[in-house]
Order: sequence, then structure tokens, then C-alpha cells
Amino acid sequence: MQKKRRKFFGLFVFPGFLGIMVFVLLPFLDVVKRSFTTAVTGAFIGGKNYQAIFRNQAFLLAVKNTIKFTVVCIPVLVSAGLMVALMLSRFKKKGWIKSIYLFPLAMPTATVVLVWKLVFYKQGFLNLFLTRAGLDWGLWGEVHKDYLGTATAFWVLVGSYVWKNLGYTVILWLAGLGGISGEMLEAARVDGAGGWQRFWRIVLPNLKGSLFTIVILSFLNSFKIYREAYLTAGAYPDQSMYLLQHLFNNWFVNLELDKMAAAAVCTGGVLMIAILLLQRLWEDR
Amino acid sequence: MGTDKKRKILIKVRNLAGKGLLLLALLLPALLVFLPVLLLLSGSLMDTWELGGYISTVFTDGSEFIGWKLVPDYPSFANYGKLLFETPQFFVLFWNSMKLVLCILTGQLLFAVPAAWGFAVYQGRGSRGLFALYVVLMLMPFQVTMLSSYLVLNELSLLNTHQAIIWPAVFSTFPVFLSYGGFKSIPYQMLEAARVDGAGELTIFVRLGLPLGKSGLLSAMVLGFLEYWNLMEQPMAFLEDKSLWPLSLYLPQITWGQAGFAFCASVVTLVPAVFVFIIGQDYLEQGIIYSGLKE
Repeated sequence: MQKKRRKFFGLFVFPGFLGIMVFVLLPFLDVVKRSFTTAVTGAFIGGKNYQAIFRNQAFLLAVKNTIKFTVVCIPVLVSAGLMVALMLSRFKKKGWIKSIYLFPLAMPTATVVLVWKLVFYKQGFLNLFLTRAGLDWGLWGEVHKDYLGTATAFWVLVGSYVWKNLGYTVILWLAGLGGISGEMLEAARVDGAGGWQRFWRIVLPNLKGSLFTIVILSFLNSFKIYREAYLTAGAYPDQSMYLLQHLFNNWFVNLELDKMAAAAVCTGGVLMIAILLLQRLWEDR
Repeated sequence: MGTDKKRKILIKVRNLAGKGLLLLALLLPALLVFLPVLLLLSGSLMDTWELGGYISTVFTDGSEFIGWKLVPDYPSFANYGKLLFETPQFFVLFWNSMKLVLCILTGQLLFAVPAAWGFAVYQGRGSRGLFALYVVLMLMPFQVTMLSSYLVLNELSLLNTHQAIIWPAVFSTFPVFLSYGGFKSIPYQMLEAARVDGAGELTIFVRLGLPLGKSGLLSAMVLGFLEYWNLMEQPMAFLEDKSLWPLSLYLPQITWGQAGFAFCASVVTLVPAVFVFIIGQDYLEQGIIYSGLKE
């Protein structure tokens, strides 16, 4: 039985695994090797490439911005998603509201960006709206701020990310909320626990598992914000939104493959450690 | 008695009012979803002159604000006509996108779905570790694997062909993970019963596994379609020849001078995605839930 099991496991998994070996794993080993050599001659130079990237201003800026983006947008997305999911869970028929929140996921980035440009350019809809509101209430005059060419571009990206991924997060939270036993909540209610108490003492602790996966998946999706960033501002955007993804792309275009190799190994390594740590942390609970 | 009844009604009214407020709070963000779509639709139906009047200030850096009308004064399908009948380039790119998406999804059905079945049914000692590796690979962003993909594609002389986009995507581990979720939900006893009845392993996969676990693989297909229809990083890096590009890269190339055109092209790009979104909605949701399952 054991032998048969292993045979069929191989039969089903091996073809795909072969592809992964050829297209991902083996070439990545090559990248690791390259990160210790020069791009042109291939001579071994030890850790020089790594030293070079950590002295590189663009790399440091990109790392800083990417971390900042992640640290800002993931908590915003995760908590906004939970709020919407909690509100939604009060309704029995929630199909079409869920669909509305999910819809941005289906909108191709290129079409979204066209809209964002019309909204956030200097003469765009947002300024028009602000100006009207300001004049109507006599609060301020005309607003002519350029949102994409200045440091606010960072916040446009955060907003765009939340806009796109909120539905995904809501569905995950709803699945988590659905897994909490109604009996437990009912029992707490009978024992006289109020709404807030039930939320803090029962609902939140039971959502820890969901939190783990939601954070990881939000992180995975946060790298795709590059599409919006690139399309609104090109390869060299405002400093505030120059991300690791821009840097990789620019190094690629300029064929600085040695730096790219070192940076790929660093980024991949950090991500893997982060994932494993989070998993460990989560399993301890 | 009377006061009791009154209180009950009061509570009912309060509940209803609360729900109404909640609904309102939930629907407000929905505006942010609908307005962009309305903007695209109305823009695509304006004639060039009207649209130009509203938005020229944006690209000429004028001092006036942008204007808009959700119902155009002079509705016209002229831009659609131009796009669909007089721009062969657009068709080429549209079919590029279709070809890429369909080839990738077919490849995933052939490789990822059986792999998911293997992981779900024939768990052994080594399989857990391998699965963990798949999960880590699934979470790696494109930028980390960009150079390695480039190296192998260069080695196989696939650069600047559609295969450069297709093969790496076929061996993505995300669909394995999603299909695994579907297969795992099949009760084990069912497979055992089939085995006792003398069914071969392959028969079990085709006759039992695929129909019963279809929610997983269908959700992988739906999420996959939306993802690959929107493909940007890979073609940007690996396709030099612009006639090979997918639609998602063509759109941003349209200049403001042809804004009407850009609106129409956006709507046409949006249509297949919306279509898949609507017919695949249940699977999309299921897929998201599977993506959040841990082993």
C-alpha cells in the first residue's frame, strides 16, 4: 500500500514538479551562483555584489519605500476588511453586496489607471470636487494640487491597493466569521455578555487563524501594486513611490544582472524567513 | 401587557433602522466601484469633440477643471467603430491576450490539477515538505523570480515568444494550492469505497476526483483568468516585439490625443473580465476561501 501510494504520488505530481525544477528551482540556483560573480566575466568575487547593493542609494530607497508601503497598507486593508465583513455578517442575503466589493478585482489595471489619471491629475475630478466643496462652504479656495507627481502619490497607491483588494479580504474574513460556532456566541449572550464583550472575547480570538492567512495573502497582492505605480508614473516615479519592483525592472532593462541576482536572493530569503516565522508564530498558539 | 408589546415593536424598529444605516454605510463605498465604470462607459460613447472639450484641460495642463456628463450630449459609436473595424492592431493584441490566457489555463489544467490530486490523496512522508515548498513558491513575487525566468528562457531561446509568458505561468503553484482545497473536501471513505469496488486510481481521479472536486479547479481557472488577463510584468520584461503584446500593455500606450479611443479600448478590455466575473462568481468566492485555507 505504502509503495503503491508513493508510485501514484509520483505519477501525479512529477510532471508538474519537473516543470517547476526547469523553470524555477534550477534557474534560481543559477541566480544564487551569479550573485557571487561579476555580470560580465563570471569571475568569483565573493560578497561584493551584496556590498554593492547595500551601498546603493536606489536600493535603500526602494527597500524603505516598499517596507513603508507594506506597513501602512496591510493594517489598513486588514482592518477595513474586518469592519466590512462584520457589518455584512449581520445580513442574511449578502450576495450582491459582496459582488460589488469584489468587482474591482476583475477590473484590468490598465483601465483603472485611465480613471485614476482623470481623478488625480492637477485639473482632475478630485480637485474639482474639493474646489466645489470648498467654495460652497466657504472653507477654502480653488485646489490645484498634483497628486501623482508629488509625495501624495504614495497615498494614491495605498488607496488604489485597498480599493482593489478589499473584496478579497472581506470574503476571507467572512469565511473566518462563518467558522465561529453560533452556539458559543449564543451561550455567551445567555450568560449576559454584551456585544462588545462577545466581539473581544470570542470573535477576535477565533479569527487568529484567518488573520494569519489574510496578512500573508495581502502581502502577496501588495507586490502587484507595481502595475498601478508603473502605469501612472512610469519607470522613474516620484521618490515617495519608488518601489523595489521599479528597481528590479530598471536593473533588468540596464542589464545590471549581478546586482539583480544579489537583490533577488536577499528579497527571496527575507520573504521566506518571514513566511516561516509567521507560520511558526501562528502554530504555537 | 400593552407596554410589553410596545417595547417589542420599538426593538423591531430599532433593529430595522440599524440595518438600514448599516446598508447605507456598506453601499457608500460601492459608489467608488460604480463611478469608474460609469466614467469609462460614458466616455466611450462621446464623440471626439465632446470628450476633448471636457478633458483637454487635463493633458494640456490648462487652468480650468475637468468637466463631465454621465449622459453625453452627442452620443456616438464612432470610436467603437474605429476601434473594432479600422484598427487591425487592436485585434491582434486582443487575440494575443486570449491566446496567452487560454494556453496558460489549459497548461495549468494538465499539470497543476493532477499535482493537486497527488498531494490531496497520496500523502506520504515526503509530500508535506514538498507542499510547503509549493506554498513558499506561490508567495514569491514576480520580481524575485524575474532574473531566473529570464536566464532559463534565454537558455531555451524562448525570449520574445509567447511561450516565454506561457511556460512559467503554467508551472505556477497557485492553482495547485487552490485545486488542492477542492480535492481535500472529498470524503476519504468515498475513494476507499471506489477502490473496494475495483476502480483503478486513474479512474478514481477522472470519475470521482474531477467531478467532486471541481470547485477547486474551477476557482483556480476563474482567478487565473482575471490574473492573466491583467498580465503586465512578464510581457513587459520578456516580449520586445510589440505585436506580441497583450491588451493590458497596449492600453497605456494610447495617448491623450486619442482619449476617445482609449475609453473604448478600456471598455472592450473590461468586457471579458466582467463576463468571467459574472459567470464565475461563486467559484471566485470559493477560490478566495481556498486560497486562505492552510493545509
